[in-house]
Amino acid sequence: MSAVPSIESPKLELKGVKKRFGSKVVLAGVDIPVARGRSLVIIGGSGQGKSVTLKIAIGLMRPDAGKVFVDGQDVTRLGGAGRRRLSSQFGMLFQGAALFDSLSVWENVAFRLTNADGVKRPEARERAVAALARVGLKSDVAALYPGELSGGMQKRVGLARAVVAEPAIIFFDEPTTGLDPINADVINDLIVEQVKRLGCTAVSITHDMASARKIGDEIAMLNDGHIVWRGPTSQIDNSGNPYVDQFIHGRATGPITGGV
Amino acid sequence: MNPVRAVGRSSLGMLQTAGALTLFAGRGVAAALSPPVFLGQFLRQLGQIGYFSLPVVGLTAVFTGAALALNIYTGGGRFNAEQIMPQIVALGITRELGPVLAALMLAGRVSAAIAAEIGAMRATEHIDALQTLSTDPFRYLVAPRLLAAVLVLPLLTLVADIIGIAGGWSVAVASLGFNGSIYVKNTWDFLQAWDVGSGLIKASVFGFIVALMGCYHGYNASGGARGVGRATTHAVVSAAILIFAADYLLTSLFSHK
Repeated sequence: MSAVPSIESPKLELKGVKKRFGSKVVLAGVDIPVARGRSLVIIGGSGQGKSVTLKIAIGLMRPDAGKVFVDGQDVTRLGGAGRRRLSSQFGMLFQGAALFDSLSVWENVAFRLTNADGVKRPEARERAVAALARVGLKSDVAALYPGELSGGMQKRVGLARAVVAEPAIIFFDEPTTGLDPINADVINDLIVEQVKRLGCTAVSITHDMASARKIGDEIAMLNDGHIVWRGPTSQIDNSGNPYVDQFIHGRATGPITGGV
Repeated sequence: MNPVRAVGRSSLGMLQTAGALTLFAGRGVAAALSPPVFLGQFLRQLGQIGYFSLPVVGLTAVFTGAALALNIYTGGGRFNAEQIMPQIVALGITRELGPVLAALMLAGRVSAAIAAEIGAMRATEHIDALQTLSTDPFRYLVAPRLLAAVLVLPLLTLVADIIGIAGGWSVAVASLGFNGSIYVKNTWDFLQAWDVGSGLIKASVFGFIVALMGCYHGYNASGGARGVGRATTHAVVSAAILIFAADYLLTSLFSHK
């Protein structure tokens, strides 16, 4: 299976992206095209550059070399108002949910609507409550503060915030980290449901294989700064790639020698 | 290590920091002076920086005014000039101690709080979240704090001036045998608008320094909880040093008037 499939007019594409921190090369020329409406999951061990890849894709970090395209347009160096306009197409669920402690749940969910899109508060609240309902949270949660919620509920609120403005691309950063298996599965189901409902493109990073199998149409494996394998989720068990085999079976021995 | 290389490296590091700080301040000022303004954030900061600092600034001012009065009375006595104590207290408070002490109290209370809050937001990806929500962190976090501090510190200084002079008055009347109404009249007749005005201008500059140091160190915090702690310390220390440096420069500038 090729690590770089040929995709005609991808929604999102990272081309030849390189990034290093000091002498440590994190990404050594990564190519990741993602087709419109597809869900790609990037797996890999800790410290292999998954988070950096996601941050570069969403524009939180600039690559040392290479480019990022959205709808065929080079957005690598986009800043200021242009970047903010582009960001309005994006939604992101952060690993720790990243909810603002000083705002209520509905204000968190409606943050983009009230602060960037100029939506009036009553309408924003209505839309936030509807988004909360879609992730299985009742309207009485809307008035609570993030500190009053469990980890699983915070993830749901983060997901509601990511989808409330109906983005074209959603990024998921380790969506099940810190959750018990049941809550993790609930979040995975909600992700699949929301991505399908919106018909959007999704890029996730995780090292939770159960999550990767559930939310991804395709899986790519990042190791040592390179995409070493990419293919449909259904073929992950028969990849024939020693890195993938070692990773999905969680073996200590094999070609991946990073360790802790 | 080669000492020349060490000096060169630290000089380059200082220049790099000065450049980064200048760029940061420029972005902050640009965000503060152009729409959109996050009014809710601005009002919240007015409360946090202004209202909640009143007790600490007031207490500092009253004790400083009282101690200043005692010192000037003792010093003035060496020249048989005890009677000019009210005027000297008023001048010392309005031109120097009011703005500097209010600013130092804010450096301890506000710079630290801003650095800790923004630093924690950096550590927990809140600042990244703002960007992904199409919100400029400079407009949402930095600009309201800069604006609020620049506007509020002169008001706090005015309060400190009044309380400081009142502190001097109370000591003078209670234990040094001064007549209360003559003390007030002497102070009022002596003070010029510029004595108070120059202190308020200083306070505005100090307010900018206090908020800038908190925002800069918090925004650039790295390394988790330890990084946030470091940012807090750096914010307070650098704000205090810059307040003293700016005080000298502004006093030099104003002394020609």
